[in-house]
Amino acid sequence: EDKEEDESKEEDYGSQQNRASRRKNYQRKNRDGKKAGEEESRKKDRGKSAPSKYQKESGNKEKKTTKKGKERENKQKKDRKNSTSSASSNSSDEESLSEEEMAMLMEQVEQKKKLISTMRNKPWRMVKKLSVLREAQAFVEKFEGALGKGKGKKLFAYKMMMAKKWVKFKRDFENFKTQCIPWEMKIKEVESHFGSSVASYFIFLRWMYGVNLVLFGLIFGLVIIPEVLMGMPYGSMPRKTVPRDEQETAMDFSVLWDFEGYIKYSALFYGYYNNQRTIGWLKYRLPMAYFMVGISVFGYSLMVVIRSMARNANESTGDGDDDNFIFSWKMFTSWDYLIGNPETADNKFASITTSFKESIVDEQESNKDENIHLRRFLRVLANVLIICCLCGSGYLIYFVVKRSQTFSKMQNAGWYERNEVEIVMSLLGMFCPPLFETIAALENYHPRIGLKWQLGRIFALFLGNLYTFLLALMDDVNEKLAEEDVVKNITHWTLLAHHNLSVGNDSTITPPPLDPADVPRGPCWETTVGIEFVRLTVSDILVTYITILVGDFIRACFVRFVNYCWCWDLEAGFPSYAEFDISGNVLGLVFNQGMIWMGSFYAPGLVGINVLRLLTSMYFQCWAVMSSNVPHERVFKASKSNNFYMGLLLLILFLSLLPVAYTIMSLPPSFDCGPFSGKKRMYDVIQETIELDFPLFVAKIFSYVANPGLIIPAILLMVLAIYYLNAVSEAYQRANAELKKKMQMQREEEKNKRNNKASTNPMLQDLEDLLTPSTKTESPPKEAEDKKIESPNRTSPVRKPGRGAVPDGSPMAGGRGASLTPPSQVFVTQPLPLGVRAPYPGQPRPWGHPAGPVPGRGRGQPRH
Amino acid sequence: RALGSGAMGGSASLIPRDALGEYQELTFLSKQEILVAYKRFSELLPKEERENACSTRVPKSHILTLPELRANPFQHRICHVFSTSETGDDSMSFEDFLDMLSVFSDSATSDIKAHYAFCIFDFDDDGTLDRKDLEQLVNCLTGQGEESQLSSVEMEQLIKNILEESDIDKDGTINLSEFQLVVSRSPDFARYGGLQG
Repeated sequence: EDKEEDESKEEDYGSQQNRASRRKNYQRKNRDGKKAGEEESRKKDRGKSAPSKYQKESGNKEKKTTKKGKERENKQKKDRKNSTSSASSNSSDEESLSEEEMAMLMEQVEQKKKLISTMRNKPWRMVKKLSVLREAQAFVEKFEGALGKGKGKKLFAYKMMMAKKWVKFKRDFENFKTQCIPWEMKIKEVESHFGSSVASYFIFLRWMYGVNLVLFGLIFGLVIIPEVLMGMPYGSMPRKTVPRDEQETAMDFSVLWDFEGYIKYSALFYGYYNNQRTIGWLKYRLPMAYFMVGISVFGYSLMVVIRSMARNANESTGDGDDDNFIFSWKMFTSWDYLIGNPETADNKFASITTSFKESIVDEQESNKDENIHLRRFLRVLANVLIICCLCGSGYLIYFVVKRSQTFSKMQNAGWYERNEVEIVMSLLGMFCPPLFETIAALENYHPRIGLKWQLGRIFALFLGNLYTFLLALMDDVNEKLAEEDVVKNITHWTLLAHHNLSVGNDSTITPPPLDPADVPRGPCWETTVGIEFVRLTVSDILVTYITILVGDFIRACFVRFVNYCWCWDLEAGFPSYAEFDISGNVLGLVFNQGMIWMGSFYAPGLVGINVLRLLTSMYFQCWAVMSSNVPHERVFKASKSNNFYMGLLLLILFLSLLPVAYTIMSLPPSFDCGPFSGKKRMYDVIQETIELDFPLFVAKIFSYVANPGLIIPAILLMVLAIYYLNAVSEAYQRANAELKKKMQMQREEEKNKRNNKASTNPMLQDLEDLLTPSTKTESPPKEAEDKKIESPNRTSPVRKPGRGAVPDGSPMAGGRGASLTPPSQVFVTQPLPLGVRAPYPGQPRPWGHPAGPVPGRGRGQPRH
Repeated sequence: RALGSGAMGGSASLIPRDALGEYQELTFLSKQEILVAYKRFSELLPKEERENACSTRVPKSHILTLPELRANPFQHRICHVFSTSETGDDSMSFEDFLDMLSVFSDSATSDIKAHYAFCIFDFDDDGTLDRKDLEQLVNCLTGQGEESQLSSVEMEQLIKNILEESDIDKDGTINLSEFQLVVSRSPDFARYGGLQG
């Protein structure tokens, strides 16, 4: 209760001070205004937003005090009395308010408004908050209207009304926004059972879903739908028709399941798109749109990832490497208030206890390590083993992909032969991580460091697999390109032969009556790549779901029900329930996204599949985690690991950009399928558009810009800019570290001084209290003191700049100035303590004197 | 703890409109959250008192049945700190309840969270965290089980370390400003208590 009283008092004092300063200021202005007869300037002034004005003016306040006479002081006193009394006394004569009073009133209104908007930050009880709020609102209501006069009044009232409406609209919009966030309840429920770390996975999943939804909209809206609606219909040309020899089986499920048959010749894949420059009555430039969408998928993803990384980095203001408060942080912030499940709470208790014990032990024997050689040997051994695993898995994939190419040439390959690559990759992804974990047990790292290592290794495994896969695929593509040349010649010859025939017969000049299904066609490597990625994604989805179903759900059912008739306790003993594997799931999600990015250029439908996948896995995994998982034994809080995941995502995004960019830039597109057929390179589409659709000078400008002579300097400039920014940020960091060191030193000295102080005489203590009164409670007497101080100084202009330099004259700074001056009286009696205080004249004292009851206040108060 | 923002209470219109506006102004909660809070609060009351839930107090034993507080080791302290009951039985009115939810909500500032966290940790309500408070705090955090409790030597060491770090003015206790300083620099404090009910 005491504290609350204090704060409200504080508020009052503050407002008085503001008012007084404003008043002074306004009086001065008034005088000037009368002299110059400038009514207009005042009116304009009124319109300005008050807070900023206040800041500016109070900054100048100190200078103006010199101009003040005695009678002003009297008036001020009256004024203060006026304002502290209830507002009703002002209401009767509001019409006859003078300009200064108006300004004052406005100031008050602004103040109240500010109070209203910051009320929720005050640690008050609701009852008190309510009463203060009502009072403030009534005040604002009452005087807001009275503030303008004549013409200005209407405008002012209108402005006020709009402001109110705007606030209401903003609030409604906020409400609407929170309502629009999907799955909030689901995630909260998971959070309460498993702590925030598991929930962070689901939040990540939701974020990913949002990103994919945007990509989906982009691709569907700008590429797939225009082609389906306005492009040539199915069956009108070879690339949109199933070849004759495949037509019989094209609708079989087993064929469709491999994404062959009708699916292969649908808008889901690159090959379906026509190279017609414009389609439909809209003259929609589809090849151009296809290319731009492919680029903007990457552009948008990069932007989103980097933006959210930057936001995360901004949010974590407290830097974790500051190890001043290890124990206190463990103590005060270790409880995860999101836990609502007794079992999780028990685990959390246990983990907090261990962390306490660990940190105590660490503190006691920080550098004691009994057998460092053995440990080093084991760590090296573990790393060698893991590298062997990685190489082995890489080779296995390469081998399998090579083999699959021979299988694909065989006509009657079985199901296993056709899906061998996907199966092997999924199996590797399933069994390698546990293997790594077993090996990592050799290393005996701290669990948090161990987790990082584990994540890094799984990442390397996935990445290695993905890139081996890509390399093998590249071989395949090169083979296809060679094959394509042959087919191209054949088609050419067929057409030529037909032409000769028709010329010879002299019948018609019509195009060859060859059915689109019969036209010989190239292998269309782009579609092959797209199909490869789609199959990989689908098999990944299936493996994930089956793993969850078998590894989590069936296991949970088994443990739960067979436990009644088993020889040992299944729940506590060997199989037990599964834990939710956060790192594995996050990595899976990240890699899946990488595959989507890589494949979406050659299979525009892939993003749609991914959106479905994320949607289902949200529900499925939520259900699985709630029904069949147990909380982690070591419940750890999600804190800054978020940016770690984002970093992985960024890396994957970059790595998946590389192969796509390579194929776009250096491989020739197929001659008879896809939107870029007939061009030498895919990016020629841009050049074509510029040449044909833009005026000549644009093409000229473009050709100049594309000149290497311009590009190289531009790149150089960018490199230099990066270098410069880097240097600047390093300098900032150094400065930061310097400041931190300084602060620490100050803190140390503060400590020492405190320790010394305890033993010094009470006289000193008295002085200390006088020197450092709680700054806030000092503000009202400052007015009086200011004058006292200023009066002798009025003639000396030297002092003024120094005072004016105090940043924006905040009450803090002003109060400091005031509180430092009185000692002149004290020096006479006790010159000694000056030495104690001297090193920190302007140092704020956040620790020594809290806002609450301060020992020194009793003594500081009587002075005014 | 189904107190997210998603679900709206069915019997939502029982709070007067202007009061709802004021509550939104005064807390960190959105309109939906306040309505859900109201629903949850009235569910704690017996049937006949639900009509005027805004003016009735819910006894502590009922508050503690909330799943959000059930597992919390500081449940009694939380009730005590947020209750405005004059009789000291830690019962809560709807406004107290809203106060509590507001402080624990995601959007509350860390300042206000630190303030209330300090009140919660201050077991004897004397305005500072002294050795006894810290000891009790450690006991709360390590749970009730015998095996998870710290030994007295460990406890002594731990409290010594904590005071060494955080007790800047060396008066043997941690006061509010020291607490705020320590906690504000913690990387974890941003997510400190995202509990919503």
